[in-house]
Amino acid sequence: MTSSEILFDSPADPVVEGPVLQVEDLHVSFPSEAGRVRAVRGLSYQVSPGEVLGIVGESGSGKSVSSLAVMGLLPESARISGSIKFQGRELIGRTDAELSKIRGRRIAMVFQDPLSALTPVYTVGDQIAEAILVHRGGAVSKQAANKRAVELLDLVGIPNAAERAKAFPHEFSGGMRQRAVIAMAIANDPDLIIADEPTTALDVTVQAQVLQLLETAQEVTGAGIVIITHDLGVVAGFADRLMVMYAGRAVETGKVDEIYQQPRMPYTLGLLGSIPRLDVGEKQALVPITGQPPSLTDLPPGCPFAPRCPMVVDACHTAEPPLIDVDGSPEHRAACIRTGEIAATDTEGAEAAAEIFGAEVVEEPEIAKVPREQRDIVLELDHVVKEYPVNKGVVFKRRVGTVHAVAGISFDIREGETLGLVGESGCGKTTTLMEILGLEKPMGGEISVLGTNVSSLDSKRRFEIRRDMSVVFQDPMASLDPRLTIHDVIAEPMQVHGYGKDEINRRVPELMRLVGLRPEQLSRYPGEFSGGQRQRIGIARALALEPKLVVLDEPVSALDVSIQAGVINLLEELKSKLGLAYLFVAHDLSVVRHIADRVAVMYLGKIIEIGEVDSVFDAPRHPYTQALLSAIPIPDPVKERQRERIILTGDLPSPANPPSGCRFRTRCFLHASLPPEQQRTCIELEPPREVQAPDHEAACHFAQIRQVL
Amino acid sequence: MTVILNEGDSAGTAGAAPGGPVDAAPEPGKAMTRGRLVFIRFLRNKLALVGLVIIVAMYLLAFLGPLLSQWSYEDRDYAAFLQPPYADHIFGTDNIGTDMFAQVMRGLQKSLIIGLLVALISTTVAAIVGATAGYFLGVADKALMWVVDLLLVLPSFLIIAILSPWFRGKSWWLLVLMLAAFQWMITARIVRGMTLTLKEREFVKAARFMGQPARTIIAKHIVPNMASLLIIDATINVAAAVLAETGLSYFGFGVQSPDVSLGTLIGNYAQSATTFPWLFLFPAGFLVVFVLAVNWVGDGLRDALDPTSTRVRRKEKKDTEEKAA
Ligand SMILES: Nc1ncnc2c1ncn2[C@@H]1O[C@H](COP(=O)(O)OP(=O)(O)OP(=O)(O)O)[C@@H](O)[C@H]1O
Ligand code: SF4
Ligand code: SF4
Ligand SMILES: [Mg+2]
Repeated sequence: MTSSEILFDSPADPVVEGPVLQVEDLHVSFPSEAGRVRAVRGLSYQVSPGEVLGIVGESGSGKSVSSLAVMGLLPESARISGSIKFQGRELIGRTDAELSKIRGRRIAMVFQDPLSALTPVYTVGDQIAEAILVHRGGAVSKQAANKRAVELLDLVGIPNAAERAKAFPHEFSGGMRQRAVIAMAIANDPDLIIADEPTTALDVTVQAQVLQLLETAQEVTGAGIVIITHDLGVVAGFADRLMVMYAGRAVETGKVDEIYQQPRMPYTLGLLGSIPRLDVGEKQALVPITGQPPSLTDLPPGCPFAPRCPMVVDACHTAEPPLIDVDGSPEHRAACIRTGEIAATDTEGAEAAAEIFGAEVVEEPEIAKVPREQRDIVLELDHVVKEYPVNKGVVFKRRVGTVHAVAGISFDIREGETLGLVGESGCGKTTTLMEILGLEKPMGGEISVLGTNVSSLDSKRRFEIRRDMSVVFQDPMASLDPRLTIHDVIAEPMQVHGYGKDEINRRVPELMRLVGLRPEQLSRYPGEFSGGQRQRIGIARALALEPKLVVLDEPVSALDVSIQAGVINLLEELKSKLGLAYLFVAHDLSVVRHIADRVAVMYLGKIIEIGEVDSVFDAPRHPYTQALLSAIPIPDPVKERQRERIILTGDLPSPANPPSGCRFRTRCFLHASLPPEQQRTCIELEPPREVQAPDHEAACHFAQIRQVL
Repeated sequence: MTVILNEGDSAGTAGAAPGGPVDAAPEPGKAMTRGRLVFIRFLRNKLALVGLVIIVAMYLLAFLGPLLSQWSYEDRDYAAFLQPPYADHIFGTDNIGTDMFAQVMRGLQKSLIIGLLVALISTTVAAIVGATAGYFLGVADKALMWVVDLLLVLPSFLIIAILSPWFRGKSWWLLVLMLAAFQWMITARIVRGMTLTLKEREFVKAARFMGQPARTIIAKHIVPNMASLLIIDATINVAAAVLAETGLSYFGFGVQSPDVSLGTLIGNYAQSATTFPWLFLFPAGFLVVFVLAVNWVGDGLRDALDPTSTRVRRKEKKDTEEKAA
């Protein structure tokens, strides 16, 4: 890494001994109507130079607040006490002017939403140069700063850095913006980088790129890194130490390996057990953590996790358990009075979690025993095409191009079967769903639902088919009308299809129970429920008409992991109980492996690999599938460090202008390694979908198995 | 024990519940329909109830009051010119000896009807036109928006001036329709804009994919989600209609003397406010009370319809706490 040496070889600041960051007994509280919100309650941790600390916890656990306190970015109303020492100097009590000298220069922050960190009206290059000029003062000339900005953009992997430096933030894709923000963060060779959910808003392939970039950033700057996340998988391979937070306190800390292999606090166990594993073929029992995190205004005495803890005993309610050393390790500490008993069980990790939380593998539905060929087809797509015109001009609209959102895709779903549809954002998944749900004649190709071709439907028959097909959306808030009570939400489909009043009043409470909610809550509004509960209400509505096919558009991606597990279990149970067929769209391949029977991988409007889920995941043939799979983190630090990672370069090409021949060739690592004459085949000929194994097809001229898990 | 989850709710998964799990139901029992729930929430709002009582009382007074009085608004008492209130004329008399109480009651009859009807009609038209244009787009949108733009650019007083000879002496209904016809366009444009965004929300798509017909979607999902806007618009329109009617009277159209409305009374006696205050204060006072009462009812309705309204929530919370105590 020569360019980085040029950039970072001036250690003007003397190297300070000891930890870069030392937080002692930090308390942060905010005023609120209901009383003081005690967001952080006695948090202590430290970060050494070059060390990566992962902070994990669910939404509202105080992860962001504690790191905002370090940056001095909390609002005026916040009350802070305790000590935050940066390189031995106390930060609490300093004025904003003093803090801002340290901020940006010595401590850098990377936020979840990269757009908020970039000013829309300046070019990306100017903003990075500005960051250098502000903190280096007269030491650097304007030209030098600009030159350095380009070098930094190059370092973070932005192609044509000199050109792209002149672009504005909105011209960058999400992943490129995050890379630009990281370039800005490392511009002044910081000693500490705080990254708050840096990859949450990004696609898996881009997430892998950004994580690798953070690793590079850490290598070149030698900084300590604090990475905040709610996803235990993300930090497994990257962090050195981990701190699990719950209700404003650390409940378990230790080396990454220790925590993943011997978790000693029920909450950590639950978190580990709630993640579906990409690398586990046989059915795995997912652990849902029931209930909600406690209110931070008036915490009852005792362990804050007690209301949700399967191991709770009376003694848990007397006093809040302190962090104590466990397993005789000096670094591994947990806050639970029953750690000893957890240590004494003979199972470890996720298995122990399933045992303690009493999670069970969901049974296969009856229909799954019938061979696939003998089951009825509920949905069939045959070379379906959907294009959007690209218009220009306001008064006289001219057509200047065509977006090929869906470019001829074919698949079928049989009774009682789940097909997972995966791919990066923008590859056409939602468009495909909307084509199916619209029940209109597609622009090209054929769609058949329950054996009826939709092109020949009259409005009466179309209405009848709507009864057998329902949908669950991604955002549980947007998919329920905020002005309707839960009763009215669930009753709506039945009213539309002419159910009698008595029947509706009988079925609605039944459906509520079916999805694990209490019928007493029927006269409440959606706003009074949590995300997971709302998603259950959406599922209840989808099941109201006893459909045969349920289309799910990213049903769990807006939920916290612990809640996600509950919803996945519910979907599996319902499928088994009611014999449903699912079309399950997701970008999380671990979830798909867990729930789907077959999987279809989409790239730029085409299916490039499809087949039985274990066959595709264990022996992927298409380079894109291989790259996608290798980008998914596995919550196992040992495996994660040994894994070979295929990093895809660049972003998804525009579907308005797809590459000739094989659409994946611009990013294909296999293509890049081929001799020129074979490369020509990729450029000139579009690869057809060919059978690779029983129920396994892929569209690549040079398909070959490569194991990546 | 409170049960409200996510006060000031944002992304949804944040579990900042101020107290306890959400499973503790406050009112166990059967589900209520939306209408009943809104009604109960409305009844909880004391100010709105007061407003409602005032409006009803004003109606009763306006129609029953004149029956109790010995004077009609057309009678003159040649024994009393410009008299301040006294036993015979409880609101006093004007310069030609007409009883002010009789006039104010007559004016109140007119203005109550004009104000409420015009507001109701113009807001309803705005909601229907805006939502239809925004939901269906295409030809319907083009045609409706053309009408809106036309009415917006045409100077309304000019049209009324041209039409007024024809209208003269016709029913007051025409006046109401005329006033309503020039009040709905801007709201319709706003409604159209909001419909465009609401239409993309997933709950509207969900309704469409379950086979719900378009007009039901508009009535059940789109319009209720704009209730706050529409109610505020309607309450503003009540006052605007009463005042606009005064303006129309100048064109020799609208309420003509000897008939009176609150608007004409206020217009006529505004200059006398300091010299003969009773002439001005009684009609103005009734108008102010009326508009205030309409506003209170409007606010109450808005809070009752809006499940996220903090005022109702705080109230509910207090109630449950009291019950628990
Ligand atoms: N400015 C503020 N005023 C009042 N309360 C706040 C403020 N910022 C955060 N809180 C509260 O502090 C608590 C912890 O919030 P924090 O943002 O640290 O959670 P988090 O763990 O980062 O969650 P997420 O995963 O959703 O980002 C929450 O209850 C939140 O509502
Ligand atoms: S202290 Fe008790 S309630 Fe808390 S985590 Fe341990 S066992 Fe569970
Ligand atoms: S056909 Fe060529 S470019 Fe396409 S995936 Fe296969 S090797 Fe890569
Ligand atoms: Mg956060």
